[in-house]
Amino acid sequence: MTAYLLKRLIIALATLVLASMVVFAVLEIIPGDPARLMLGLNASADQVEVLRNQMGLNAPLAIRYLHWAGGLLSLDFGRSYTYSVPVIDLVRERIVVSLPLALIALALSTIIAIPVGLYSASRRGRAGDAIAMGATQFGVAVPNFWFALMLIYLFAVWLRLVPAGGFPGWSAGVWPALKSLLLPAVALALPQAAILARVARSALIEVLNEDYIRTARAKGLPYRAVLWRHALRNAMIPVLTILGLQFAFLLAGTIIIENVFYLPGLGRLVFQAITQRDLIVVESVVMLLVAAVIAVNLIVDLSYAVVDPRLRSRQ
Amino acid sequence: MKLWKTILAAAALALAASTSSFAARTDLVIGIPLEPPHLDPTAGAAAAIDEVLYANVFEGLTRIGPNGEVLPDLAESWAISDDGKVYIFKLHTGVKFHDGSDFNADDVKFSLDRARADNSVNAQKGLFAAIDKVDVVDPATVKVTLKNPQGSFLYNMGWGDAVMVAPESADTNKEKPIGTGPFKFQSWAKGSSITLVKSDNYWGAPVALDKAEFRIVPDAAAAVPALLSGDIQAFPFFDPDSVAQVKDDPRFKVVIGSTEGETILSINNKKPPFDKLQVRQAISYALDRKAIIDGASAGLGVPIGSHMSPANKDYVDLTGRYPHDVAKAKELLKEAGLENGFKATLKLPPPSYARLGGEIIASELRDVGIDLEIIPVEWAQWLDQVFTKKDYDLTIVSHTEPNDIDIYSRKDYYFNYDNPAFDKIIADLNLTSDEAKRKELLGQAQKILADDAVVGFLYELPKVGVWDAKLQGLWENAPIQANDLTKVKWSE
Repeated sequence: MTAYLLKRLIIALATLVLASMVVFAVLEIIPGDPARLMLGLNASADQVEVLRNQMGLNAPLAIRYLHWAGGLLSLDFGRSYTYSVPVIDLVRERIVVSLPLALIALALSTIIAIPVGLYSASRRGRAGDAIAMGATQFGVAVPNFWFALMLIYLFAVWLRLVPAGGFPGWSAGVWPALKSLLLPAVALALPQAAILARVARSALIEVLNEDYIRTARAKGLPYRAVLWRHALRNAMIPVLTILGLQFAFLLAGTIIIENVFYLPGLGRLVFQAITQRDLIVVESVVMLLVAAVIAVNLIVDLSYAVVDPRLRSRQ
Repeated sequence: MKLWKTILAAAALALAASTSSFAARTDLVIGIPLEPPHLDPTAGAAAAIDEVLYANVFEGLTRIGPNGEVLPDLAESWAISDDGKVYIFKLHTGVKFHDGSDFNADDVKFSLDRARADNSVNAQKGLFAAIDKVDVVDPATVKVTLKNPQGSFLYNMGWGDAVMVAPESADTNKEKPIGTGPFKFQSWAKGSSITLVKSDNYWGAPVALDKAEFRIVPDAAAAVPALLSGDIQAFPFFDPDSVAQVKDDPRFKVVIGSTEGETILSINNKKPPFDKLQVRQAISYALDRKAIIDGASAGLGVPIGSHMSPANKDYVDLTGRYPHDVAKAKELLKEAGLENGFKATLKLPPPSYARLGGEIIASELRDVGIDLEIIPVEWAQWLDQVFTKKDYDLTIVSHTEPNDIDIYSRKDYYFNYDNPAFDKIIADLNLTSDEAKRKELLGQAQKILADDAVVGFLYELPKVGVWDAKLQGLWENAPIQANDLTKVKWSE
């Protein structure tokens, strides 16, 4: 177990270092000058040069990389070029939107997907299975921004139960803030739930064909108990893998949903920073996300060991 | 059944009672598509900065009115010397910054000197180029001496980039703007909204609104439900393509106004074969402006024939100079020795007027034998490749700065246009303050640009505003980039 853990940790750290180099290099290669973007069409070349110097953009590449990477080690993420505030402040403001949103969406998607997967797998080939799988096919196919707009027209414009978009901030109270995250969470969760339900179904079907399931049934265990105790637990590994991927996606890949609901999340921060060539923000936030994804993968790897005792003893 | 009627009647009564007891609203939520990078109008070109702060939080010596006119602001009056080189500004007294400090002549000197200093990062530093020195005569009087007479000086002082700031707060305005305007800054939830509240110690006529929130709505598709649900009551800059969804709804007012955005097909005038006049003229003949406006701007937008807004008092209508004429275009290409046509590139920045307009223009130019390869670019790439390095053949962009015909005389500007006769007119214009004479010079300048077919002049970008029908006082036109809320109020 310790060796397993240690190996995973070393791989995670090496990935982080490598990612920091790639992220930094890619952003240096793409064309575009943050100083020119800030000053616009009417500024002279001399003025752009003055601003470049003020922003520290004229220092050599290696020096800037070491300065940035060194800062990261001491948890100093640098200062935004455009906002001129510490990047960590920007991230802190956005994470209180993105993290709860991702968690709610993930919870919703799991709550919907697992029962649907169980139901479909246990009624494989029958009408109920066909209907459930038809619905998940629809869920996978529908673009989530369209689904989001339909939700807005129904619940915000027509029924007026929730705001059409925006985020009042947690300072406005827990309920108003949660209320504004509900529709986006549903819009995000349904397509994810559809994918997860399909994965859960096929994993379960595979497990249900195993010999030990037949043995369990033969020794007289009720079908329900077999399904929950033996089948589901053994089908968890592919489900956990997909959940891990989905969480990473929900944390930063929700830019379209954030735009439709004009939520100030991490995805929009990165998107805005890229268009404004606020390189330091892009670099630091991307690194944070890389770290988050690696951490999630690590947790998923460890949870394999929890659900599958063989992984524990073998390592 | 009877019970139902009673309940309905009671509900109706309750509703009537509650609405009649409402005083007019004093709060407003305005939707804006782009978030300002920071809140200092004197340190950035982003239009979004002025769209929140101009006239609301910050004020200048002069200001630009709803129709582009120059109005007195913090300077209540001024006198100009006979040689046009000395301006004496008489300032309003009793003016205070939002932090409680007094505004006086020292702040004017500080603001102007800061904007034109060597290390200034003012995006419109050119506005201050003519200033030789600024002297404080007494706390309420400032003398500005120019190096040479400048006809547009009072107009220049009305730009958002020329607003008055205090030495104590100038460096922190990006985060916490301190101005002299009728609204003061309250909070900025990054990525979400900026809130202004009424300033109690304002020197001028008080505003009707107590609170104004600018909410950032980047997606045009999200703007419509936000309006319909009542979450946001005004979108001063609405997406033209979404207008159809709200224009028949009596709860909203759709206002189509003018901007200072000349949308043009920019041409690299030094790059063969575009260095030939006939080729550029052929392009102008090949353009069908009506089809472009219909396709790229939902039929809204006024055709232009030179670089001047039709709403401008000095506008000359030159749209008839190159009517849509494919045969004539082909003939001109033949004269230029290109009867078999040629290939070129068209670089398109992200706005829909460019991306949609570009496809229409590519098909129109193909009709006369010019085969365009469309290359979509981001703004950062556009600024780098097209604007700075001039590595392009054709591009589409809207030049939104007001009264910016002088860009064609700038050395090393991305059009690569060089005409001494035009430069002479602009130089004369800068030294002229007589209105009639300026009008004549501006007319000549517009004609030269049209004759030289420097670029393909397309249309003036429309300002499409949509807001609650009960809301009054928002600007119809956008002579500068601003959302002036000083006269905005709710009827009822």
